[in-house]
Amino acid sequence: MDICQALIDIIGEDHVSNKQEELYIYSWDLGTTEPHRPDWVASPRTPEEIQKILILANSNNIPVVPLGGGLSLAGLAVPFRGGIILDLKRMDTVIEVNEQARYALLECGVSQGQLTSYLERHHPGLTHSEPGAPPTATIAGNAAIHGQGDLAQPYGFNSDMVNGLEVVLPTGEICRFGSCSIGAQWFTQHPLPDVGLFLGWTGTTGIITKISLRLFPRKKIRGTAIFVVDNEEQVPEIFHKITHTQMSEDIVAFSQTIPPYASGLQHFTINLAADSEKELEFKQELIFDDALGEYIRRGDGGYLGFTRGLQHPQISKTADWRKGGGFEYVGSIMPVSRYPQCYRRGREISERHGIPYTVLGRCIGAAHAMMFSWTYAFNRADRETVRHAREAMHETDELALELGGTIWKPGHYGQKLVMDRLDPNTLDLMKRLKQLLDPNGIMNPGNWEAIP
Amino acid sequence: MNAAEFQYSDIIHRCFRCGYCKFPVNWMDVNNCPAYARYRMETYSCGGRLWLTRAWLTDAIKWSDHLAHILYSCTSCKNCEMKCPLGINVDIINMIRAAKGLMVEQGRIPKEARDFLENIQVHGNPYGIPRSKRGDWMGETPIEQYNGQEYLYHVGCVGAYDTRAQEAARTLARVLKRAGVSFGVLGGDELCDGNEAKNMGEEALFEDMAQENIARFNELGVKKIITLSPHSYNAFKNDYPSNEGRFEVLHYTQLLQRLIARGRLNMAIQVPVKVTYHDPCFLGRWNTEYDAPREILNSVPGVTFIEMERSRENSLCCGGGGGNFCMDLLGGSPDSPARRRVREALATDARILAVSCPKCLTIMEDAVKVEGLDDRLIVKDIAELVDQAYIKKTEAEGKQVKDE
Repeated sequence: MDICQALIDIIGEDHVSNKQEELYIYSWDLGTTEPHRPDWVASPRTPEEIQKILILANSNNIPVVPLGGGLSLAGLAVPFRGGIILDLKRMDTVIEVNEQARYALLECGVSQGQLTSYLERHHPGLTHSEPGAPPTATIAGNAAIHGQGDLAQPYGFNSDMVNGLEVVLPTGEICRFGSCSIGAQWFTQHPLPDVGLFLGWTGTTGIITKISLRLFPRKKIRGTAIFVVDNEEQVPEIFHKITHTQMSEDIVAFSQTIPPYASGLQHFTINLAADSEKELEFKQELIFDDALGEYIRRGDGGYLGFTRGLQHPQISKTADWRKGGGFEYVGSIMPVSRYPQCYRRGREISERHGIPYTVLGRCIGAAHAMMFSWTYAFNRADRETVRHAREAMHETDELALELGGTIWKPGHYGQKLVMDRLDPNTLDLMKRLKQLLDPNGIMNPGNWEAIP
Repeated sequence: MNAAEFQYSDIIHRCFRCGYCKFPVNWMDVNNCPAYARYRMETYSCGGRLWLTRAWLTDAIKWSDHLAHILYSCTSCKNCEMKCPLGINVDIINMIRAAKGLMVEQGRIPKEARDFLENIQVHGNPYGIPRSKRGDWMGETPIEQYNGQEYLYHVGCVGAYDTRAQEAARTLARVLKRAGVSFGVLGGDELCDGNEAKNMGEEALFEDMAQENIARFNELGVKKIITLSPHSYNAFKNDYPSNEGRFEVLHYTQLLQRLIARGRLNMAIQVPVKVTYHDPCFLGRWNTEYDAPREILNSVPGVTFIEMERSRENSLCCGGGGGNFCMDLLGGSPDSPARRRVREALATDARILAVSCPKCLTIMEDAVKVEGLDDRLIVKDIAELVDQAYIKKTEAEGKQVKDE
């Protein structure tokens, strides 16, 4: 069977390729994962087109790898067994924003930047939890990997903000989850059947085609305060003290080699939002006078000011530190109490591999956890630096588990480490679910595949 | 390929492919790269082109017609350079030009590009129309040959040869004359400015054209130049000085803005119509002239000016740069940038889409036809709107033209 022609028949010639250029570009992750070429690249526009493609692939045992923004940096959309890469970014319509119920219904290819801009222009009283990724990251992709954004402190993971999903199953059925599944608005996931079958599975159980995402009030004044301490041991209690006030939108602690004056210090960025100067002043007093005042009075910490306006996420300068345009990071979901060890051990790994250290912990919920990341820069033109970064990543995967955390969006190496530790019954359940949903194992093969 | 032959081999690997280059400054969509908007494959994004170029240079992939198509679909619109957050941003277009240049050296460029460049070499224009017809655009309009007037009026290849752009070129001449501007043209002796040849990687051809133009301008004693095309404006203003060609160069909108401010253009006729404006890349992003066209439009009596959602530095290229107004590598689809752009113009409820570039004029007008919007949207050059509003002082009372 001529698969290329079959794909063209489904979505048109302009959006299918088996030419070397597309096969080359879509073989690469942006991190250190080795490339693997797909056999075809296809960019569908509708769930029905995806449905036809999956029926085609399933009946011919062809692997299918869904791709959003391609920014996981963990090799999660590398076609390890070839097959079809589905670039979902053409499905980029903002279908609905419900101001009253505060949600947005989006096609799966809508990007973070696109939603941010759309809300700013059309619904300035609403915002979403924007992750620290480049704006090309997709909303659906980020939720599917349990991403977190700049509202993680009050509202948790972005995957906790999902009201409903439309998914095409590997066998071609289109299913809806949440209130939309009974024909109601897309306003709640609960108490109907769970969307968890498709979040965190890295595209191995189906392809998300629509997502309803919770939106939140956007206050008139938003900005970032900076607080700094020189003792990493104080970071967990500072997270606890700030979250106790319930006054912040986002709390991130970070430390990095560059610039040198910041090396060894622990900086906090604390996002505040208010509708009036009075509200802003009140929040600042509660945080910096009451909660953190003792550190300032003792000389242990310093308040470095408040800057109005939130910066959209920018690619870290760390990315190009080696003048090589490459970086990758290990993310973990970690108890906040582990910040000091995460910082010190991560710094050691970086120094061992000759890479300037960059670490970051974002508070999730009321200090219920943090996303702690260790970033490693490399030079794409220098394979030795790529090797160092990859080895540092593997060591850090092991460190994350050793310190009592879980690896966030693990790549193959991390997935193996996680599965080695998984409760056998849980692993067995995962295997049965995978078998049920994807009987021919066509979806993103290579991921979570060591399931026995 | 030998990567050492490539001038930018020390930086081309620094593209992360983060994708910022796809966005406008206000982030409203991921398709502000015209080639990516048309094809929506990563290969056609700025990052894709850079990664493919590097792959070609390092023999990870071989040259192919498709690779050449991908590179030549870049319109040099500069959106990527404005959005890239990394230090390589100032050289992105240089890298793409250099890659095209290697293809030129090897004689392996798309047929459409080869025809374009051959026609420039042989006929002095990309259309392959004889040089002898270059002055035909003037028709019966009485326009003086340049012989020492204050300004040389350069119409460029599109203004000289494309039927629709010829109208705009003649209209501008009429407007300038009414305003009492001292100008002349080279008519059949005018030469291509070379802006497209440079962006298509034919640096040598560009140098030849620049030197020939500069020699001619100097021989004629030209000090000041008005251009119809932002592409000519860009070449004369930014590239000719390094070839010892230093002239005071104005895009015509900049001159009209001054003339209006000085009361030398009597626009008394009401033109009661909603107008939106498309920023040409070589006037806007390349030369940061966003205000002059808007000030002119806001000066036309009766005009209600409405911005498109993507405007100024956020503007979506019409898809005509880098020779694509002629090669048309981005055409043939509802996703073609010009078709996207006219739909955006229509969404403003404007009746007229104003432009200030003859390439944009012809491409947008074609797009309006293909979209079937002829009865809802009219593409006009700004000079044509000014002309429409002009009236002799003696006739100025109470005149009004109908909303088209």
